Amino acid sequence: MSEKKILTTPIKDEDLKDIHVGDIIYLTGHIVTCRDVAHRRLIEEKMPLPVDIKGGAILHAGPIIKPLENDKFQMVSVGPTTSMRMEKFEYEFIKETGVKLVVGKGGMGEGTQRGCKEFKALHCVFPAGCAVLAATEVEEIEDAQWRDLGMPETLWVCRVKEFGPLIVSIDTDGRNMFEEKKVEYNRRKDEAYEEICKHVKFIK
Amino acid sequence: MENKTEREKMTHLMASFISYVSKKLPDDVEKKLAELRKIETGDLASTIYDTMAKNQKLAWDLDRPCCQDTGVLQFWVKCGTKFPLIDELESLLKDAVVESTFSMPLRHNSVETFDEYNTGRNVGKGTPTVFWDIVPNSDKVEIYTYMAGGGCTLPGKAGVLMPGMGYEGVTKFVLDVMTSYGLNACPPLLVGVGVATSVETAALLSKKALMRPIGSHNSNERAAAMEKLLEDGINSIGLGPQGMGGKMSVMGVNIENTARHPSTIGVAVNVGCWSHRRGHIIFDKNLNYEITTHSGVTL
Repeated sequence: MSEKKILTTPIKDEDLKDIHVGDIIYLTGHIVTCRDVAHRRLIEEKMPLPVDIKGGAILHAGPIIKPLENDKFQMVSVGPTTSMRMEKFEYEFIKETGVKLVVGKGGMGEGTQRGCKEFKALHCVFPAGCAVLAATEVEEIEDAQWRDLGMPETLWVCRVKEFGPLIVSIDTDGRNMFEEKKVEYNRRKDEAYEEICKHVKFIK
Repeated sequence: MENKTEREKMTHLMASFISYVSKKLPDDVEKKLAELRKIETGDLASTIYDTMAKNQKLAWDLDRPCCQDTGVLQFWVKCGTKFPLIDELESLLKDAVVESTFSMPLRHNSVETFDEYNTGRNVGKGTPTVFWDIVPNSDKVEIYTYMAGGGCTLPGKAGVLMPGMGYEGVTKFVLDVMTSYGLNACPPLLVGVGVATSVETAALLSKKALMRPIGSHNSNERAAAMEKLLEDGINSIGLGPQGMGGKMSVMGVNIENTARHPSTIGVAVNVGCWSHRRGHIIFDKNLNYEITTHSGVTL
């Protein structure tokens, strides 16, 4: 394995140019949890995002948080959620906010792919279900905005150190690992279907 | 008065069990994941499996839910008609969820529909979900506790096929879910399939199928053969961990079935993610308990 590739926020366009789908990277700096309703508010309701994420990173995630004293919080468990739910908004979101790193789970679609290429950004997968590991990579929750949305949907501003592994699923050339994989998967699925059908003609 | 004390006792025991299930995977899942890990040799797949193992250790060491999405709690109860707390069971399970939610803590996962607000207590109208099976002349209760996150809930699908589509149609129905939403549902998956008459009969069976241990088989020989065919078939697609490619795709395929109407084949698919947080506990009438899914647990 080669040397650990670490991105630091604020991220510049040139930081991303040698990173490609399938690469494993890590993030140091800030990442903000941002999911369904926050995307809707920014794009459909035209409400300005209360956190500046230009050159920054968002995490599609709804964490478990433990309130501490003096309006401080502890990150207990924070794994990524299904990114595809945000696909509808992500092109506009990248365009509006200047975000450089979108972290979540599973693939995203054509809009995000176009956004990543035009505005130079990446979509990465944090291995889902690995929420305690991710939480231990959060050094501090520095801010919490849109708290009216409840624990999962609040924008939690996290200071992180070597947050990862992050597997690049869409790169700045607009390559999309999941979409490329899907072609292979569907071909093999058709073969599996043909094979299974030979053995399940129970109605005759 | 005595019943009140017993009710409190069972509530605490269930709260502890829920918290336990949120941090530790059942024995069969741990064993299967270790087996699959050995088969995967690629860099990416290996890195993902190692990250998963590291996470499970951290969850145990730090006493935290291993996945942040602790689901909307579901309980499948097989309750004897003579179990002393049968009348209290549904309400005490709700109390147990609230207790675990604040002590563990679990995520607040109950959003009231139409009014669209998070209750902040992880329970709401009709949640947790309690499915009932009544067992005559028994004084015991068996409870399956299940936490499915949103990711592995999304692929859920039910439909009604015409008999002309046959089990070939059932095969296609299952496979199509795997390469669409299944990809994002945190493979390696446990796949539950229900075969019956209508959407709701098939759907309930598909969820029940996920309660069965990995490696168990349907008692019908053809259904068991189809479990194996689907398992091998889906594995040959090579979704790998997280759907990012590998040699395997699933932890298993479990089919549950009933008889059907001659004109229809109801089919449904439910998937469990790799973090398949299922627990099974049996209480006798004195609230002595036995846990079958996790070895060596004292609540």
